[in-house]
Amino acid sequence: MITIIDYGMGNLRSVQKAFELFYPEVRISSSFEDILTSDKVVLPGVGAFGKAMDELKKRNLLGAITDVVKKGMPFLGICLGLQLLFTESEEGGTVEGLDILKGRVRRFPDKDGLKIPHMGWNRISSELRAPSSELLKGVPDGSFMYFVHSYYVESEDKNIILCETEYGSNFASGVQKDNIYGFQFHPEKSQEQGLKIIKNFAAL
Amino acid sequence: MLTKRIIPCLDVKDGRVVKGVRFLNLKDAGDPVEVAQVYDKEEADEIVFLDITASFENRQTMLDVVSRTAETVFMPLTVGGGIRNLGDIRDLLNAGTDKVSINTAAVKDPDLVKRAAEKFGSQCIVVAIDAKRVRPDSMAEWEVYVNGGRTPTGLDAVEWGKKVEALGAGEVLLTSMDMDGTRDGYDIELTRTFSESLSIPIIASGGAGSLEHLYDVLTDGKADAALAASIFHFREHTVRQAKEYLNNKGVEVRL
Repeated sequence: MITIIDYGMGNLRSVQKAFELFYPEVRISSSFEDILTSDKVVLPGVGAFGKAMDELKKRNLLGAITDVVKKGMPFLGICLGLQLLFTESEEGGTVEGLDILKGRVRRFPDKDGLKIPHMGWNRISSELRAPSSELLKGVPDGSFMYFVHSYYVESEDKNIILCETEYGSNFASGVQKDNIYGFQFHPEKSQEQGLKIIKNFAAL
Repeated sequence: MLTKRIIPCLDVKDGRVVKGVRFLNLKDAGDPVEVAQVYDKEEADEIVFLDITASFENRQTMLDVVSRTAETVFMPLTVGGGIRNLGDIRDLLNAGTDKVSINTAAVKDPDLVKRAAEKFGSQCIVVAIDAKRVRPDSMAEWEVYVNGGRTPTGLDAVEWGKKVEALGAGEVLLTSMDMDGTRDGYDIELTRTFSESLSIPIIASGGAGSLEHLYDVLTDGKADAALAASIFHFREHTVRQAKEYLNNKGVEVRL
């Protein structure tokens, strides 16, 4: 069973539909027990960082997420779900995150010509670590993925960066640490190359 | 580098695709789900469904279309038309829409943009602006129209654009009422004025009749994305051909 964590932040149906292509049982749930009894867990989400943390707390899900991550269960954060894994965000002051990965979530700088949000198709460059990554298996270096975000993660440990994307400067668009995976782009919206990532995660 | 987006737009009425000429005479052109699948295969960057169904009872039809589309098409889908409140937005997102486009309701109640952005996130709130030149020969002055382009509002389009950005809109879908349906090209000046005045992405719409028009609006017009309907629907060009054309002329697109 793959559980997609429902905490009231955004469109989960398209994430579920993408996973259903490659995995027999995919449920959307906000239940502590459902999450703990899964084979794999996905934390999706779009919207504001602070509100997302509040919604997770309201549903008593912080402990469940920490537990499954510690147990070594494959865990995938998408977009805001990736950002929440980090120590803190500067979105709306300084807001504490899950602190499972060390680092800070920062806003793109207000630079001339740099539209915010970063919205649309951009390349991932994955030559460094991707060859050994199960999730980017079959996804060529330089593939286009679909992004929609105004904040990006700045990881303290550069070794966890799977792929980078250039927007103003380079930022980490994919990370992996042991059983924890996260992507800033939306694999479920990135057509053929994105669906390969979904398939690879389903196959872990 | 972020690429420029090419976005086919389908006008949908009672669950069927139509293409309006100046929003009036409509021709039938098929099942929206099948058309969306074709555009998905051609690697369109996104797709927009504009629901021009007038009656409230047929709104459910659109939710079914969205749901069936999201089963098979894994690219960003925006739906606009007739969205009045947070409940409408929630229903569409739950059916599988990625973004919603709000037009008349935003003018009537600007705070809706703010509430929607706070609740669902700016990334899924597109504000559609139908802009018309105040006088045919006027320079850099456009008025916002609502109700499918029928009702003038007295609002200055650029000021309205800045306001919706401040309210939390993630993107503007900008249609030139003067050029829409003419196939004579986008209103380049309108699009450029918006792109230079706002910091959120601008999708240009209205007037595409050739691939050169796409090129013009993405370069001179400084648009982040170009929306087009008839040149794709009537198969004059595929999305792929459009992107190859743009790529050959040095515009960064996803190929």
